[in-house]
Amino acid sequence: MIEITAKGLILAAPFVVILGFWALALRERRLSGHPGERGFFARNGIVISTYLLVAVGFWALLLIVLPQIYMIDFSFHPKLLPREVGGPKDVYTLENYRYFLYGSTTSTENWNTTHIKAFWTTIVASIAVTFLNFCLCYPLAFYMAQSARPAQLRLVLLMLITPFWVNEILRAFAFRVLLSSGGVVNTSLMALGLTSEPIDFLGNDVGLYAGLSYAYLLMMMFPLYNAIESLDHNQIEAARDLGAPWWHIHAFVVMPHAKPGIASGCTMVFMLSAGALAAPMVLGGPRSLWFTPIVFDRFYQAFNWPQGSAYAIILLLSCIAFVLAVMRIFKVSLGEITR
Amino acid sequence: MNSTTVRKAMFGFYTVIFFTYLFGPLLVMGISAFNTPSYPTAWPFEAFTLKWFADLATDADMMYGLKTSIIIGLGVVALSVPVGLAAAIVMTQVYHRARSIYYLIVVSPVLTPGVILGISTVIFWKDLTTVSGASWLFNGVFLAILGQSTFVSAYCMLVFTSRLQRFDRAQEEAALDLGATYPQVFRHVLLPFLAPAIASSAVLAFLSSFENYNTTTFAILADKTLVTVLAGRVRQGTTPSLSALAVIIVAITLAGAIAYELLRRREERRAAAEKLAAEQTRDTPMPTSLAA
Repeated sequence: MIEITAKGLILAAPFVVILGFWALALRERRLSGHPGERGFFARNGIVISTYLLVAVGFWALLLIVLPQIYMIDFSFHPKLLPREVGGPKDVYTLENYRYFLYGSTTSTENWNTTHIKAFWTTIVASIAVTFLNFCLCYPLAFYMAQSARPAQLRLVLLMLITPFWVNEILRAFAFRVLLSSGGVVNTSLMALGLTSEPIDFLGNDVGLYAGLSYAYLLMMMFPLYNAIESLDHNQIEAARDLGAPWWHIHAFVVMPHAKPGIASGCTMVFMLSAGALAAPMVLGGPRSLWFTPIVFDRFYQAFNWPQGSAYAIILLLSCIAFVLAVMRIFKVSLGEITR
Repeated sequence: MNSTTVRKAMFGFYTVIFFTYLFGPLLVMGISAFNTPSYPTAWPFEAFTLKWFADLATDADMMYGLKTSIIIGLGVVALSVPVGLAAAIVMTQVYHRARSIYYLIVVSPVLTPGVILGISTVIFWKDLTTVSGASWLFNGVFLAILGQSTFVSAYCMLVFTSRLQRFDRAQEEAALDLGATYPQVFRHVLLPFLAPAIASSAVLAFLSSFENYNTTTFAILADKTLVTVLAGRVRQGTTPSLSALAVIIVAITLAGAIAYELLRRREERRAAAEKLAAEQTRDTPMPTSLAA
């Protein structure tokens, strides 16, 4: 019985929210002092209004909001057989989260070091990849935004965009071909006499980090470029005329101005790296553990969907925490990040 | 040598490194598709061969995956483009606090990791289809279309939003004053204005769907698309026929990407012309795109 009410509540909640919205809209309209302004239906006509409401309602409710809420609810349930759903075993529990911490659904004696370590590696490596990408992209973004001529700019933009239309798996595969023990890098190194044995780039995760940084380069480049582009070139000239050394100009003129772009690029790259699945699966060495493949295995190897959901939520929460931290550090608002 | 030359040389060196990093891996993979050794390698280049391409055509799994990918891609276009259009139009009609909440909700799929979108879609729709008695809908193709549309619709919406920013409401008013009904205005004024955006968002939707892995691998269940077949193969081991497939996919996606770029450019040029023609733009402040 409890089960039905809980699910019913989840399904009902959005409709309550919509009613709230409606009330808010009516109130705003009354307050705005334009009572003559036409309402939604009068403005669009019945047919179009229905299309708009059905399309947006379907998307926002059935594809975005409800699945997420449902997943949260699901993660607090034990793994059940289909006939046990709604039965006495179908209760709320923390066991899926407990499993992440302790590696067992009941005992709390040993830490689940494998999963916790993988989680931390993922977070720390994603931050490192984010930082690396910032360093790689900043000079080119600055050049594109402030010094390039229009024709050069178009060429550079096209060259940047082209590789990113290539599928993520194939990009990872390309790195594997490049870095494998018989690959171009190793054969060149050996031919040059720099090393006598092939270096195991994939085993020690160099391949993974390179592949991740490569995969999300563009997500850093464009926000940075957009932000630096809006800086008036005269400000740089003024700083130069006043005798500022070049690194002063970057640290105290360009970067403060580009702060929203930096924050936005960092958020995107971090989110995508932490949630990356293809690169770790293709490029990860036998000893490396990334968090998303573990989530995948919870689903399709262990067939424990509630536990997989719990892991997914842990990932989602850490991503949200990262965004909030970035907003706090850079002192920018969400609107500026998603611009 | 003064400091400017040094800095220029350093920047040149950096640019070379950057673009080698960007194109090197793809180039090496491309060359390995035409090289004879059975382990994919570009150097030493032993002999030119098309054998690896011939191997592909006989691969039943890949061909099956390709078919599913195309079906899903078309489904995503059919769902995401109308939804994105509706969402963008609604965006122009909500104000104040409602707008920021609405914007937060509809942009969130862009920021959510793809695996999470896939997982939540499967879990929710499994129960929804079972409860509503339509469990035949619980199949990989249908779920993949839904899961991908969750974020592809947001991409489409951003494309439409940036186009709508340049729409002059006076056109709509004029048509209404001349006696047009609302559906007529929508059909004869707004849709023609949005036509280029519809084309480019359809291309964008198909490409994003075709190359998606993170969301699809969860939502596809036991079925398979070209990319999931590919992922399975890559995990098993590397053969030059994968490089050959990569060359084909790269060629297809590049053709699509160039088509998309051309559409976008044409639209931009037209927009610039329109802007010149009508100098009094009364835009409403609107959040602009971050993706694409």
